[in-house]
Amino acid sequence: MTALRSFAATTARVLVLLAIAIAMLAVLLIATGHEVIPALSAMVRGAFGSYYAITSATIVRMVPLALAGLAVSVAFRAGILNIGAEGQLLVGAAAATAISGTLGGVPWFIGIPVILVAGAMAGGAWAAIAGALRLRFGVLEVISTIMLNFVAQYLTGWLVRGPLQEPTRVNPQSVTLAPELQLPVLLEGTRLHAGVLVVVLVAIAVWWWLRSTASGFRLRAVGATPTAAASAGGIDVPRTLFGAFLVSGLLAGLAGSVEYTGITYALYENFSPGYGYTAIAVALLARLHPLGVLATALLFGALEAGANAMQRDAGVPNVVVSVVEALLILLVLAADRWRPSRADETGT
Amino acid sequence: MVTAAPTGAVLLSLDGIAHSFGRVRALDGASLQVRAGSVHALLGENGAGKTTLMRVVFGLLRAQHGVMHWRGTPITMRSPSDALAHGIGMVHQHFTLVPSMTVAENIALGGHGGFDPQQAATRVRDIAARAGLVLDPNAHVEDLPIGAQQRCEIVKALARDVTLLILDEPTAVLAPAEAAELLRWIRGYADAGNAVVLITHKLRDALAVADDITVLHRGRTVLTTPARDTDQGRVADAMLGGAAVRTADVLTGRDVTDIVSDVTTDVITDVVSGAADVVNRRAASALPRTVLALDAVSVRDANGVDRVRSATLHVHAGEIVGIGAVEGAGQRELLRVLAGRLSPTAGRRAIPESVGFVPEDRHRDALLLDAPLFENTALQGAGARRGVMDWNDVRARTSAVLHRYDVRASGAEALARTLSGGNQQKLVLGRELEAAREALVVENPSRGLDFVATDAVHRALRAARDAGMAVVVYSSDLDEVLLLADRVFAMHDGTVIECAKHRDALGRAMLSGASGIGNGMTAGIDA
Repeated sequence: MTALRSFAATTARVLVLLAIAIAMLAVLLIATGHEVIPALSAMVRGAFGSYYAITSATIVRMVPLALAGLAVSVAFRAGILNIGAEGQLLVGAAAATAISGTLGGVPWFIGIPVILVAGAMAGGAWAAIAGALRLRFGVLEVISTIMLNFVAQYLTGWLVRGPLQEPTRVNPQSVTLAPELQLPVLLEGTRLHAGVLVVVLVAIAVWWWLRSTASGFRLRAVGATPTAAASAGGIDVPRTLFGAFLVSGLLAGLAGSVEYTGITYALYENFSPGYGYTAIAVALLARLHPLGVLATALLFGALEAGANAMQRDAGVPNVVVSVVEALLILLVLAADRWRPSRADETGT
Repeated sequence: MVTAAPTGAVLLSLDGIAHSFGRVRALDGASLQVRAGSVHALLGENGAGKTTLMRVVFGLLRAQHGVMHWRGTPITMRSPSDALAHGIGMVHQHFTLVPSMTVAENIALGGHGGFDPQQAATRVRDIAARAGLVLDPNAHVEDLPIGAQQRCEIVKALARDVTLLILDEPTAVLAPAEAAELLRWIRGYADAGNAVVLITHKLRDALAVADDITVLHRGRTVLTTPARDTDQGRVADAMLGGAAVRTADVLTGRDVTDIVSDVTTDVITDVVSGAADVVNRRAASALPRTVLALDAVSVRDANGVDRVRSATLHVHAGEIVGIGAVEGAGQRELLRVLAGRLSPTAGRRAIPESVGFVPEDRHRDALLLDAPLFENTALQGAGARRGVMDWNDVRARTSAVLHRYDVRASGAEALARTLSGGNQQKLVLGRELEAAREALVVENPSRGLDFVATDAVHRALRAARDAGMAVVVYSSDLDEVLLLADRVFAMHDGTVIECAKHRDALGRAMLSGASGIGNGMTAGIDA
């Protein structure tokens, strides 16, 4: 089955990249005068060292990275450079926060889906602004989505000091989400929440949509060669692009509402530590494959969890890991150029 | 016709220039002499080497053989700035302006020292005034109509004090009134002691304004003459290669029947190859049904130029209609109107719901190069499809296309990029033929293909015709049009003219817009 094969191939790639990442990290540690072994072991412990590290640090970080990574993948597959997953995620979280305030007494099996969907729709609407600007006025989405990220960031800052601030008006954050509307914890004593199941289901759904449906195929065709899609396929290119903006925004918004209902339970100013930006790396590393995104999001989840542990336990600034992440992306992009295409020999 | 006998000294002299791109000989012994104070028209069919020769002069290409003299001294231009330093400027067919900058800024580009907007604007105004060109230095290029953009390009060259100005197809993008204006300006500019090389395939323009004419054919100079000593008929004949060249063509393999035997013929069996068979078959079928019908159809482009002018064309089931035209005569738009890819701005069109279309640029307009072949098959009709794709069915249909049209590929999963040009073309053709049962429009079907692949494509087109489809073929190669077509039309400046199926008649009609021989000497600029 080609899907399994490509998933296995991506996993293998991720493991190789992990080894390379560790080697690069070691070099950086030496260059910055840190002791390699204690720092690396702190990092590995932080990411995989214990049951708790795996479930509550690594996988918990993987969830928003994977959802936002899917958002980026869908956009990039359509040839849209959506750099705005961060803003769409924040707006999604803000909408989820706002609507959860109105859901007092609503049973969880209605309340949770409503919150998640509200976040997704807000993210979609946020991306639709960039889509409309592009299709109506020719504004490059690279610019508009970055700008909308700033708008979303300051909007969040205003909301948690204004309309969505908790009633005591002391802290710049929203009221804590009612426990019955929080995503259930899957394993007792950990932070692993049901959002991980949502991520896996959504990844499979996105993969199936892109691969098996007519509209998913149109999106890929427009992303591959828009002129041929229009001329040979009779595809309405602007309409397809707008749809891709919407779906991409929906997924990033969902990342925001899942994070809110699964981990933070409140909206505050630095709600996202840049998940929407790291998601670009996640998507590129997975070569924009929806199932591959699960594996690369896990890798970046582990790197970030490990980076925090390394900073805490070995005093190594976690930006070192950011450097490694950036180097990994460059490596993958370069490797894609060097590798000759063998697809025609493997398939029949 | 303007024939002020110029007596200027020879400014530029090219002798035996040769240049090849890989295995393609673009120039093969081209020669040219341009005198001061003269307009020199450089004529030839598409791909005759006109632009390539001038790119050598302008330092964009290095000649592999031959000698260039500038003001009597042998010279090699190393770069465009080298050429400009010697006083040679070139205005390319596709402009090289920065759209978001002003006219003055564009003209100051490539200069030295500081940039003072006031000073630059004054300078541009001076140059334009001295040259007699209307140009607002402070306008942004993107806001200018195409004619003003061209004046900007010309002033850009004049600002570098050129004495020889090369203009590549300058009238192709202009409305008739603007074109006449430009030609008048060219004449005046040369009369002031400068020289102009006018690359064109518009005979009328050339004869109206030029002092001297050089005609290139397949990279070789085949005619050099003062304009007043020749006429449209003789120049057209030279452009089409003359009788001697045509005989050579047949000997070097233009006659594809020799090659047919080399090709696997098990695929398309019902091929009709002889013209006699065609005639018999056409005579046998009573009153053919009209499949594609255009009545007084016009297409106006974004610049307000009419690319197609009141064209009337009916294509019947079971025939191949061939179209001959020089570049930019409106055939691109006409074909897309016929194929349902472009809406006419005026006139009536009746075409089937689905018309197969094989565009000349298959990489841009027909294929997803990095997708597997089965997805390229699925692309046809993708816009209207709903629900879930049945990829197994698509794969099966793709395999069938690969087999029926002899596409050499490892299978339906192969990436389109890995196929040769010929196999890519056969895939596109097969895909379109499988989807559209009534009509097919084909643009330069053998571009970039070798003889074997060309022959396979030709046989597929004939087979489609014999199966009752209405087929329209445009090719920039006249021989290909004549080889395939049952009826031929020429396009000239947006109009469609039916012609006799004869090389000279078609060639003359597309070059001069008249179907007769030797007439059409309406050489006045305003004609």
